[in-house]
Amino acid sequence: MRPDWGPSRWPGRLAAGVVGVLALGPLVPLLLAGVGRGLGAADAAALRFTLWQAALSAGASCLLAIPLARALARRRFPGRGLLLTLLGAPFLLPAIVAVLALLALFGRGGLVNAGLAALGLGPFSIYGLHGVVLAHVFLNLPLAARLLLAGWAAIPAERFRLAATLGAPVGPLLEWPMLRRTLPGAFAAIFALCLTSFAVALILGGGPRATTVELAIYQAIRFEADFGGAAALALLQYAVGGAAALAAWRLGRGVSLGGGLGRPVERWDAEGLGARLVDALVIGGAVLFLLAPLGLAAWRGVWALGAMPEAVWGAAGRTLLVALGATGLAVTLAVALGLRGGALAQGAGALPLAASPLVLGTGLLLLVRPHVALADAALPVAALVDGLLATPFALRALAPALAEAEARHGRLAASLGLGGWRRLLLVTLPLARPALGFAAGLSAALSAGSLGAIALFAGEGQATLPLLMARLMGSYRMEAAAGVGLVTVALALGLFALFDLWGRRARA
Amino acid sequence: MRHVLPLLLLAAPALAQEAERPVLRVLTYDSFVSEWGPGPAIEAAFEARCGCDLRWEAGGDGAALLARLALEGEGAADVVLGLDTNLVEAARATGLFAPHGIEAEFDLPVAWEDDMFLPFDWGWFALVGRAGGPTPRSFRELAASDATLLIQDPRSSTPGLGLVLWIEAAYGDEAPALWADLADNIVTVTPGWSEAYGLFLEGEADLVLSYSTSPAYHLLAEGDEGFVALPMEEGHYLQVEVAGMLAATPVPDLARDFLSFMLSEDFQGVIPTTNWMYPAVTPEAGLPEGFESMRPARTLLFSPEEAAARRDAAVAAWRAALSR
Repeated sequence: MRPDWGPSRWPGRLAAGVVGVLALGPLVPLLLAGVGRGLGAADAAALRFTLWQAALSAGASCLLAIPLARALARRRFPGRGLLLTLLGAPFLLPAIVAVLALLALFGRGGLVNAGLAALGLGPFSIYGLHGVVLAHVFLNLPLAARLLLAGWAAIPAERFRLAATLGAPVGPLLEWPMLRRTLPGAFAAIFALCLTSFAVALILGGGPRATTVELAIYQAIRFEADFGGAAALALLQYAVGGAAALAAWRLGRGVSLGGGLGRPVERWDAEGLGARLVDALVIGGAVLFLLAPLGLAAWRGVWALGAMPEAVWGAAGRTLLVALGATGLAVTLAVALGLRGGALAQGAGALPLAASPLVLGTGLLLLVRPHVALADAALPVAALVDGLLATPFALRALAPALAEAEARHGRLAASLGLGGWRRLLLVTLPLARPALGFAAGLSAALSAGSLGAIALFAGEGQATLPLLMARLMGSYRMEAAAGVGLVTVALALGLFALFDLWGRRARA
Repeated sequence: MRHVLPLLLLAAPALAQEAERPVLRVLTYDSFVSEWGPGPAIEAAFEARCGCDLRWEAGGDGAALLARLALEGEGAADVVLGLDTNLVEAARATGLFAPHGIEAEFDLPVAWEDDMFLPFDWGWFALVGRAGGPTPRSFRELAASDATLLIQDPRSSTPGLGLVLWIEAAYGDEAPALWADLADNIVTVTPGWSEAYGLFLEGEADLVLSYSTSPAYHLLAEGDEGFVALPMEEGHYLQVEVAGMLAATPVPDLARDFLSFMLSEDFQGVIPTTNWMYPAVTPEAGLPEGFESMRPARTLLFSPEEAAARRDAAVAAWRAALSR
């Protein structure tokens, strides 16, 4: 039995209900519209490829994240904080920006092939399964590293000191148990994210071999107006993502990725020259792999800023509004879900990871259509869907910090008669402020960079930045699109940095 | 005062009209109404003559118009503009459209007869390459060469579907074999036109599936002569973009007026250099200098019924050949 000084269960239950309704409710009108197509052989092939690439991508991201997170956890150097922020950038990129950024490095005319040609070596082709995995690692390695880094940060400094005093090996005693708890969750989150990837998979996959389930959803909605078929495929994605999340939850429990990132722990075991060299190489390699394509894309975007249409400023304003709306929703839901935790909260927090934004957006619009004009609904629906999709990340960031705050001060607060809203506002949230800032930053940036649900339904004068970019690309204006892409990334990263900084200020 | 009074008298009905101007809602794809598209000029020209308020309802790209129609039903708009020939059958099957009752002469490479849908522009699909790059003269020659090509997925993109029907129209039963031969030339398949074209401009392939008018954009808008559309011996598949009025519109006369206006000089004249397609009725001044860089010897096009009937099998053959 849980002690009675803990927070009430109803906010978590209510939030889980909201998540369930938002994630599953929109499928109802779609399914009622009738399923026009059964699942065929092509869908089975798509499902196989979807699972395979998601598993490979998540595995590679997690494996590579181990040395990176370890190096970042035990080294301090100038610009470490800035690097941590910048490492979040690939995760927040619109898919097409990420693809073009990677091609600037690995494409036929990219730097790698220019280098190979100079050495007299044959060209390297990025197209194929390896290209899909490379792109997904580029997008998700930072997330994996950040999740594992939080795991390292959660190992109390005293244990390292003790291990050093006793001459005990840090790896098997401290790091391995932490990884066993942290890795499954990181794997499941990235696996679910890669499940719903389709532009990246198709473009870099090199052809219909690399078709994901999400492409079939896209086809059903756009070309065939077969909303029921799309909803059935969306349920399939939920089932697969849900199974992965359940497996991960059983294998390990989540750790905070919000608190304690500011200072690396003093590490007596890693002072040798060899260890230093390895860490330097790992960090240097990651910086090169993650930031070089970004740098190349940014460089081109800077020269294209002058080519942007007037519409960019209105679009930036709308993007900001949608992002803030999504942030409010995601953080509220995550706080409610994280206060008491439990299986219900875990499930609700994992469900949206495998959601198809296109299906959710279409279903929501179908629901509100009798009451509101589509044009008026597009932006609120976008904020709603973005907020829902960001909730799992906000929850992962917040839950451990909330639990810690409650565990440390809940009993005292209860003995002082401090409960409900007042305890939340006076004790719990201030203590969890670093995680709160990180969660809000992540939610805002995810929303700002996502093309999201409104791509098919936004009307005149309703474009957000990623949509404006897509429209420019669709009208030959690739240069202007590169400029808008840069503004998008800058806005997403700026929002992330602002919220994250606000959170970290708490400890200063 | 003597001068002001008549002015006031003149202005009064105008003000009254302002308050009760009828509204015409036109659903179209979003690049049509963007500030660089044909929308703004067309809106100004039509409002100047109709005494009405023309409102664009933009919804995604051309392929998504059908989804939008299915979602909104008869209240979607008064006029839908931008359906592609390959979607016409599905649009007709919604039962939402009404006969337009307009007689017109078109400057299309094929005869056009349809009581519900009127073309407003058209273009040939074409492979676009760089001047000085590989220029195969047929798909067979391309398949035998080591030239590289970027195409779009027929399951998510209109040009992608156009290419599959193009090969189907040109090769019939031999289409699957041709796709198998082309497989090693195809660098990758993108979800939409813009990704493929963007990759092409980045130098990821020699050729890209686009329109015969694409070089005109680079020439007229950017002053760049470096792009060519390749004439293919098999002929070129046609894309026709059409508009129709909804049966449930509360302003049927206004909708019909708009469809007539659509074929007039004021509408057609802005199409070439804003939508980068051929106007359905060539303006008196002709096409802009340099607009037509390549004119195919043959035009290929399935009727809407035939396209609808062949589509699934053709896409399945494409998928099977490229999945190997």
